[in-house]
Order: sequence, then C-alpha cells, then structure tokens
Amino acid sequence: MESTGLRVALRIWVALVLLFLFVPIAAIILYAFNKSTIESWPIGGFTGHWFSVAWHDSQVREALWLSVRVGLFATGLALVLGSMVAYALHQFRFYGRDGISLLLVLPIALPGIITGIALNSFFSFTGIQFGTLTVVAGHATFCIVVVFNNLIARLRRVPGSLAEASMDLGARGWQTLRFVTIPLAATALVSGALLAFALSFDEVIVTVFTAGAQNTLPLWIFGAIRLGQQLPEVNVVVTIVIALTLIPVILAARIAGSGAVTR
Amino acid sequence: MIEVPTPEQPAAAGSQGSQQAPAVYVAGLRKSYGDVTALNGVELAVAPGEFFTLLGPSGSGKTTLLRLIAGFERPDAGTIELTGADVTGTPPYARDVNTVFQDYALFPHMTVAENIEYGLRVKRVPKQQRKQQVARALDMVRLPGLGARKPSQLSGGQRQRVALARAIVNRPQVLLLDEPLGALDLKLRQEMQLELLRVQREVGITFIYVTHDQEEALTMSDRIAVMSNGGIEQIATPVEVYEHPRTPFVAGFIGVSNLIERDGDQITVRPEKITLLTEHDQAPADTHVEGGQVTDVIYVGVLTRYVVALDAGGELVVSRQNAGHSGATVTRGNQVRVAWRAAQAFTIPR
Repeated sequence: MESTGLRVALRIWVALVLLFLFVPIAAIILYAFNKSTIESWPIGGFTGHWFSVAWHDSQVREALWLSVRVGLFATGLALVLGSMVAYALHQFRFYGRDGISLLLVLPIALPGIITGIALNSFFSFTGIQFGTLTVVAGHATFCIVVVFNNLIARLRRVPGSLAEASMDLGARGWQTLRFVTIPLAATALVSGALLAFALSFDEVIVTVFTAGAQNTLPLWIFGAIRLGQQLPEVNVVVTIVIALTLIPVILAARIAGSGAVTR
Repeated sequence: MIEVPTPEQPAAAGSQGSQQAPAVYVAGLRKSYGDVTALNGVELAVAPGEFFTLLGPSGSGKTTLLRLIAGFERPDAGTIELTGADVTGTPPYARDVNTVFQDYALFPHMTVAENIEYGLRVKRVPKQQRKQQVARALDMVRLPGLGARKPSQLSGGQRQRVALARAIVNRPQVLLLDEPLGALDLKLRQEMQLELLRVQREVGITFIYVTHDQEEALTMSDRIAVMSNGGIEQIATPVEVYEHPRTPFVAGFIGVSNLIERDGDQITVRPEKITLLTEHDQAPADTHVEGGQVTDVIYVGVLTRYVVALDAGGELVVSRQNAGHSGATVTRGNQVRVAWRAAQAFTIPR
C-alpha cells in the first residue's frame, strides 16, 4: 500500500503529463474558433467564420481529396501485399524466411527521410513521373509493415491445430482459409487497415520527396504555416484532421482489443 | 464385455488379409525431425471396430504415429493403409479419418452447432440433413440444446464432448484421439473414459487412442501398443501386456516395476501376486519363497505396499489388500519372507 501523499503526487504527475501532451492540441482547436487573425491570449471572440473559409478554399479541398485518395490506395495496396506476405511467412517454411521477415519490417525502422530520398532518386532515375501514384507507392512502404505486423501477430496467436482440424474435417486449403483463417484474422486486418490509413493521412516527410506538383493536406498545412498568411484556416484544417485521424485510431484500438482470440 | 481379438490374429492379417483388410495398417514407418528420430520403423495392424491404444511416455513417438495416420505429416519411409487402400501420400482432407485433438481445437468464432457441422458443410451436405445430424451428435455426447453456445462458454468436459461430436458426426472409418482426456481432472476423466467407450460401442468406429496413462490404457483398450523411443515394444491385450510383459520396458512402464535377476534371467512378478509371510506363516504349497527385509511401508487406502529388499539380491514391491483379516502388522525393518507361484513370475525374453 502506498501512502496517501504518494498517491496524490502520482495523480498530479499523470495530470501534468497529460497536460503536456494535450494543451497544444487544445490550443489549436480553440484558435480555430478565434475571431481575430492574430493568435493572442485571450482570444478575441468566437466565430465559425474560418470553417466556412476553409470549406470554400479550393486548394484545401483538393489537398483533402488527394490525401483521402492516397490513403485509400496505399491502404488497399498494403492490405493485399501485406496480408499475402504475412500468410505466406506464417504458413510455409522456406530458406530465407527470417530474412524476409526482417526486410519487411525494416522500412518502419528506417527514418522517413531515408525512405523519401531513396524513393525520390529511384523515381528520378527510372524517369517515373511524380504524382499520385508515386505518393501511394511511398506511403505503401510503411502501410504494408503495419498491416503485416498486425496480421502476423494474430496468425501466430491462433493455435496451429485449428487449421489442422479444418483439414482433418475435410476442408481443402482454400476452404480452411475462407472459413477459419480469414474469420479469425478479420479484426486484425481491419485494425491494421485503419492504422495504415491514419499513418498515410498525416505523413509529411515521405510525401515531400515523392509528390509532384500537388499537395496532400499535410503538405498544404506545412506550406501555409511557412508563409504565415492563412493561420486561422490552418487551425481549422488541423482541427478537422485531428478529428479524422482520431476516429480510425480509436476504432482500431477497440477492434484489436475486443476481437482477440478468446480461450 | 466386448470381444477381444487375440494378439496374433490382427497383426497376422497384414495388408492383404484373407477375410477383411485391417482398418489401419502401417509398415516400416520412419519419421525424424532433424537429428531426432521420432519413429523408427513401426508396423502395426488395427482391426475394424477395435479400440486400439498407443501407450508410451512423452517422446516415445505415439503422437507422431497418430499425426502420420491423420496425414498432417508425411513419413520419411513406409506405408500407411486404410482398409487396404494406400493413403501414404493422401492429404488429410481426403482421408476418411477424423481426429480429436489434445487442445480440442474447436473453432472459437463458431457456435457449437457450427463446429459440429463443419465437416458436413465443407462436404456440401444439404442444410436440412446437417441440422438433423448435428442434433443427433449432440444427443450422443449428452449435450442436447447447447448448439447455440460458443466454445468459450463451455466447461473443459463439455468442450471435450463437442470435439468428439464434431469428429464422429462425419462417421469416419477411424477416429484418432490424441490424449483427449489429458486436460481434465481425475473425476471427469474417469467419467469421460466410460463415455468414450459407450460412444465407441454405439457407433462401432475404430478408435486409435493415444495416452501416457497406463491405467487409462488398461481400462479402455481392446489392444495396446506400448511404445518407447520411436518403436513398438509390445502389441497385446491389456491382460497380456500386464501379466506377460515382453520387454523390461513394458514391465516397468505398466504397473510397478518389479524386476529382479535370478540365474542371469530377468524376472518380473506383479506386486499383488506375491504373498507376504511373517515368522509363523506357512508358505502356501508350490511356491517359490525368498527371505528379505522390509525397507518401506506405503499405505494407499485399499492396499498397503511393502518394499522388500531380498537377501538374494534385488528389491520387490509387495501389495496387500487392507481387507482387515490379514495377520500380524508388518513394519519397517521386519524380517519377512515373500512367496509366489512359479506361474506368476515371468521371465523376460532376451
């Protein structure tokens, strides 16, 4: 049993850490409703005006749409490639299996700037036009890892005897995949996809090096802050991005928590 | 009582038996994992409808043999036949064999009914027919009305029954059971032993049962194959295996190891066949008598075990029923004589 004093101290400590993490975010959300264009305290009054400005800004709209498209494509690509690799590595034993496993996870350990520069010189070298596709390819490098990691962790937790039982009862490989393996891995796939989308949606570094003339939403925000002209609009957009990013992350956490294989 | 095949008959039937092919016949089976030899040239034949047990300590190869018959793994050498047809290279889904797994391996995302009908579903049996068979299987394992539950909502004993129902609903030629009662407590295990025997007699399916529990093997089996180090030590009826162990290993693994050496031969006598005599007791007629000293007395309820160090060398365990009529109390350090009839002692062949 810890003493009351210690308990109180611990609570204050936790509160401080949470404040440290969330005060900046709260400030941005607050300033999104600021009447004045200057960020001063206390704020000059509440207004929804900047939401309307941002909504009608065609640059913001295009950037948002591009981000969503890139996120969806990258996630889709990652789902197909990541789950196939995870299944293969889990199911079959072959020479170089551990090496491949390491190579797959490496991109997420590498700093984004290395991935970015590497892709940039590769695309320049091969003469591939920078555009939506190059951004998707760049994002897919880390989205695949997220999907792969999520899925293989789940597959490892599913007892091997389940697939054997399925075969034993007369199911062929594809029937076992469809009736047993995929249903048991479904929640891991969904949470992996949501996480991949969230990562893609706010990615900056890799995007800078792989994007052509277009801006994704994070790139637009980055540019607007550097120019310093549209700060209230940036605050609005960031607030929306926070909301959009939080939803899939919360969903992913919930699904991963509840969908685990029960004993 | 069930009919017990004589030990010679099914083994002699071989692969081309004149009357009826054995339900399972394996010959020359070898399997190793890296440097470890799991099976070392195993041959056996299981008669149709037989309750056949593979008994041995862990690492003796019994589970490997079961997995080879199920088709989960391929042998390095040898053949496997089911009712006369070679299935050595056949994948598990094409073998008319079902398995009850040690961890039950119930599908956690399916209900009990969905688990049981799985085999019928992948074989595209019509839905109506599936429903009836599932209901019948649930009745047979005495779990009527539990079809809508998830496996996680069941007790260990209930899961065991579901695993059994999921296998027998397919009416396989052979049912393989891999230590199916290992995870249950003693009381439940004894209950399930009887239950398994009842089901086996009802459906008439050949059972191949893996266990390391000698008592379980003796209680349930028509015949037992005692395994050690990837080979078969002896295949015989429970009585045969118990009373006439063919190797020192069998003598030691089944029951209490009562091995002594006399005139260069290894002799074994079961503890309950030995009479303990104190000073004034008369030795029964036609018995072999030896003197010794009691080194330990172990009371186990129905009987008491005495460990006797023999004057002629070696040590024997003698058990005596606690029926209340037995003579003088024997305690540690007492000088006693032990006696057994020559027919009860068994010389282990070299």
